[in-house]
Formats: sequence, C-alpha cells, structure tokens
Amino acid sequence: MGLDIRLPLGLLFLILGVIMVVHGAMTRGSDIYASSGGMNINLIWGLVMLLFGLIMFLAARRSSK
Amino acid sequence: MHLSLVDWLIMLVYFVFVLGIGFALKRYMRTSTDFFLAGRSIPAWVCGLAFISANLGAQEVIGMGASGAKYGIITSHFYWIGAIPAMLFVGLFMMPFYYGSKARSVPEYLRMRYDEKTRAINAFSFAIMTVFSSGISMYAMALLIQSLGLLHGIVPDHWVFHVSIVLSAVIVLGYIFLGGLTSAIYNEVLQFFLIVAGFLPLVWIGLRNVGGWQGIQHRLPATMTHSWRGMTHASTNSLGVEVVGLVMGLGFVLSFGYWCTDFLVIQRAMAAESEESARRVPIIASIPKMFFPFLVILPGLIAVSVTSHGAAANASPSLSQQAMPLDDAHPHGIIPPKIDPITGKATLDTNGNPVYNYDLAIPVMLLKFFPTGILGLGLTALLASFMSGMAGNVTAFNTVWTYDIYQSYIRKGASDEHYLWMGRMATVGGILLSIVAAYAATSFNNIMDALQLIFSMVNAPLFATFLLGMFWRRTTGHGAFAGLLSGTGAALIHHGLTRPADAAVGLHGGWIHTIHFYPSDMAQNFWTAIFAFSVNLIVTIAVSLFTNPRPEHELVGLVYSLTPKPVEKHMVWYERPIVLSISVIAVLVFLNLIFA
Repeated sequence: MGLDIRLPLGLLFLILGVIMVVHGAMTRGSDIYASSGGMNINLIWGLVMLLFGLIMFLAARRSSK
Repeated sequence: MHLSLVDWLIMLVYFVFVLGIGFALKRYMRTSTDFFLAGRSIPAWVCGLAFISANLGAQEVIGMGASGAKYGIITSHFYWIGAIPAMLFVGLFMMPFYYGSKARSVPEYLRMRYDEKTRAINAFSFAIMTVFSSGISMYAMALLIQSLGLLHGIVPDHWVFHVSIVLSAVIVLGYIFLGGLTSAIYNEVLQFFLIVAGFLPLVWIGLRNVGGWQGIQHRLPATMTHSWRGMTHASTNSLGVEVVGLVMGLGFVLSFGYWCTDFLVIQRAMAAESEESARRVPIIASIPKMFFPFLVILPGLIAVSVTSHGAAANASPSLSQQAMPLDDAHPHGIIPPKIDPITGKATLDTNGNPVYNYDLAIPVMLLKFFPTGILGLGLTALLASFMSGMAGNVTAFNTVWTYDIYQSYIRKGASDEHYLWMGRMATVGGILLSIVAAYAATSFNNIMDALQLIFSMVNAPLFATFLLGMFWRRTTGHGAFAGLLSGTGAALIHHGLTRPADAAVGLHGGWIHTIHFYPSDMAQNFWTAIFAFSVNLIVTIAVSLFTNPRPEHELVGLVYSLTPKPVEKHMVWYERPIVLSISVIAVLVFLNLIFA
C-alpha cells in the first residue's frame, strides 16, 4: 500500500528514544529513580528504543532501494 | 497526578504519528477495496500484529491486569486455552474459505454459503455490537483519565470526562477517515510495539522489586501462582470453574466463536496480500499472543505482591526475598479500595471489608514504579490500547454497514466511488454512535450490562453455524437460521433457569426459575455457551436434513470437501502453516507445564 510500516515505526521509536535518553541524561543521579531501585530506566530503555528504531528505519530504507 | 513536560511530549509525538499515518495513506484510498480491505496488499507479519492489536483494547489490558491481581496466573487460561488453539484453527482450516471465497466480510461469507436471512441476522447484530464495544472502550478510557487526574489543572475537573471522550473520538475518526483499514492496521502495529515498549520495563522493574517469580510465589497463595492447581473442582480454584467448563466453554465454544467468526479480527487477515499470507496471519499472531500474559497479567500479580506500606518498594532483590508471605486468601498489595462516588469513602462488602478496585492494578503499577519520562511512555501505551480497541470496532462497523447493510438493503448498484464515500460517512456515524454508547454507559450501567449479556448469547452459538457450513456440505440456509435462533434462545433459557450461588435473581440469571446454582458467574457463562452451541448444532443438523441443500457447484470454495486443498510444496518448510502451528503448540504445552 505504498508506505512501508517500518519507516514510521522506526522514526517513532528513534524520536521517543532520543527524548528518553536526553531526559535520562539530564536527570542522572536524581531521586526520581528511587522507585525503580536506583536504576536510570529512562537512559537504559531509551537506548533500547533508539536501537530498535534504528534497525526498523534502516530495514525500511534498505528494502526501498 | 501531575505529568511533567517530557511525559506530555512523548504523548504528543505518538499522537502526531498516529494522525500522520492517516494523512500519508489518504492518497492511496482510491477504491472501496482500498478503504475497507486495505487493497488486500498487506504483508502477513503486519496483519498478524494488527490481528492481536485490534483485540488489545481496554478490556484486555485493564481487564486482564485486574484478573491477574484478583485470580492470579490462572487468568492465563484466557490466552493459552481461550485464544491460541482457536487462532491456529482459523489459520489452518478457515482462512482459505474466508479469503478464497472473495467475501468482503464475514456476514457476506454467510450469504454466499447460506442465504440472505442468515447474513442479515449476523450483520445487524455485529454492527450494533461493534458500536457498543467501541463506546465502552471510549467510556473506560475517559473514566481512567478522570480517575488518574491526567488532565487535572489543565481542564476544569467537571469537563475532564467530556474532553477525554471528544479527544479520543477525534483522533480515531481522523486516522480512519483518512486512511481506512490500512491506517487502522498500520496504527495497530505502532500500538503493538508501543504497548510492548511501555509494559516490558514495568514487568522488569516490578519483578526486580518483589524478588522475581520466586518472590511472587513466596508471597501469594499457591492457587494464584499455579494455573492448573485445583482445576478438578470449581470450589478449589480462584476462578470458580471446573476443567470441563473451562476447556469446553472457554477453550472451545467461546474462543472459537470469537477468533474464528468475529469480523473485527478476521478483517485483518482478509487484508493480507495472498491466501498463503492470510493463512499465516492468525498463526503469526498467536506467537506474541502466547506471551502476552507476561505483559498484562504479571503486572497484576506484582501489584498484589508489593506490600502497600512500601516494605518491598525500593528493596534490593535479596532483601525482598526475605519478606514474609502474605497469608491472606486474597492479598491486595497496592490495589486501592473502590471509592463510593456519593460518600467519597471506601466501598465495603456485606462483611464490612473494603472492596478493592482491581481495574486500577496496571495504572497504580505505572504510577508506583515509573519516573517521569518512561511514565509518559507507559501512559501512552495504555491510551494506545484503548484506541486500538476503538479503531478495530469502527473499521469493522464501517465495512459491515457499507457492504452488508447499505449496499444490500438500502442502495444497490451504486458506483464504487459512492460506496467509498459511504464508508467515510459510516466512520463518522460509527464514532458518533460510540459517543452515544459511552454516555449511555455513564447513565445506564445496568442496561449496558444487559446488552453485553444479550450479545454474548447471540455470539455463543455462532461457531456451530460456521463449523457446519464449512465442513458439512449438506447444511442448508434454513438449518443455519433456525439453529442460530434456537441457540440464542437456549442461551436465554439456560440463563433464566440458573444463577451463580452468591447472586440475586435478575441480571445474573434465575429470572424464569432457578433450578441450578453455579459456583461463579464465569462457570455460568461457560455453561451457557456450551448449551447454546449444542442446541444450535443439533437444530441446524435436524432442519438441514429436512430441507434442500444448495447444488454442489455453488459451494466450491465455501466448503472443505469441495475446495482444492492449499498447496504448500513451494514454501520454505518453516513458513508452512502446519509447521508454524506445531511449533506454537509445543511452546504452549511447555508454558502450561511450567506454570501448572
């Protein structure tokens, strides 16, 4: 149907990943992470989402060539 | 509750993408087939994820989380018994007829196989049901936004419910109106990944907090951490259902009746690019579906394992493993009590104990464990699940309305352009009717319960009609119609003659005369379905034997014995539906053994 779903999916996860990584970096060491056992979940999960988004985005670009 | 700027930013980005997909797909919507069936051009894996996402509405995420908190891991039967076998069956045996017959909807298949009156009964009941389901999703979402105070301080409190209804309606209307079924399917894929991304870290952090699965087993009663323990008798398990009722009622009649005949999910498989892909869609969908209990039921179990005074919160895994087990039969952990809207105090049961609001299991988990940032992601995932349920119902409604009602009974022979326009108008109409249903739910809660009950009685016998239609060439239209009506009648009579042991006469049954008590509501529902299915089966066979069947040449492509079997020799071995299905069954048996 003309649009490869992996393109918007990859882009969405890339953008959300960047937002979360930046927020995680800005709040490093903050007490907001007490509820998650001191783990900077924004930074960790943001990186995971960034990686997933990148894989999806590159897969879509590759198959469109 | 106050969200930070980053939480709002995450929500905003997601909703921009949702509407952006609708705009991007608008130019591809040239024919009614593009709008209603996605041009039958979508890859199997995309349709497969949409197949489960369309079902991943409010009832699933909030409801299964609540059941996990209330009943425990035994709730996984709704997946491992009540979904996977039926999904494999529809992929292996039924999709060739739905897809190969070129039917544009499930009611249209019934017309091709049987006759006009059988199609009409299915089309009208389905159209009404989808609008009510969409409305209930809308109502539940607005209620959640209101109770979490998401818009507190942004919108006056007395407007929050109305603003939530309008916002969700506008977003869903926007992307379906523009991009039709393709837009709904693409957004369901986004929603699927977002739900996984939002809930997976919740399970991870939650499990770390309570000391893993061993920690949960240590804190909760054994009936909540074993899925098959005590299933031999209804009084020895938390569901109040015995194994025959569970396997036959849920595992066969209700689950096959839903996954094999409900156009809401079948429509996603019909959008696949080929018959081979269409067969693989439900089988591919069954793979993530199998693991969904760990995403939606496990948070409920964690919520009742965490001690409300915070002993487990923030503790290291080794420390939390030393916590004393809760000796309550029904621990409540961090689940808040239900608040009486009139008095503002906790609701009490007849023994004076507080009644807990298990529906808030997942929301309170998000609020307890997620800091700002990932909290926005979790809440967006929650809202996405509500919207995917709404959109699934609206796309099914606009197709059935346009093809099976408008084109069949109101305006035949119009141009394709006209039906495309009508599809868009039906989308607007479906959303408006959903809003009416959502407000009806706020004012007439009992009426909505009664409607849900009647719909379940219409659905319960349905699978027998399809089973006989696809696998017995002798079945006739008169037989199918008489069977459907008799099955629904049998369900009503069974409900009127029985009721759960702890329920009063009325909506829970016994309104004719109580001749049998069931141990629980669930047991009564399962046995009502079994009776409805059995009566439909017997009546359909009996009437068919006394009426004339259709000539065999008219049934090619519609009945198993008269249709060429799908050829699989050219496919790679691991892509063959039968190989995929056997692999899924093997994993399913393994999961059942682990949690038995």
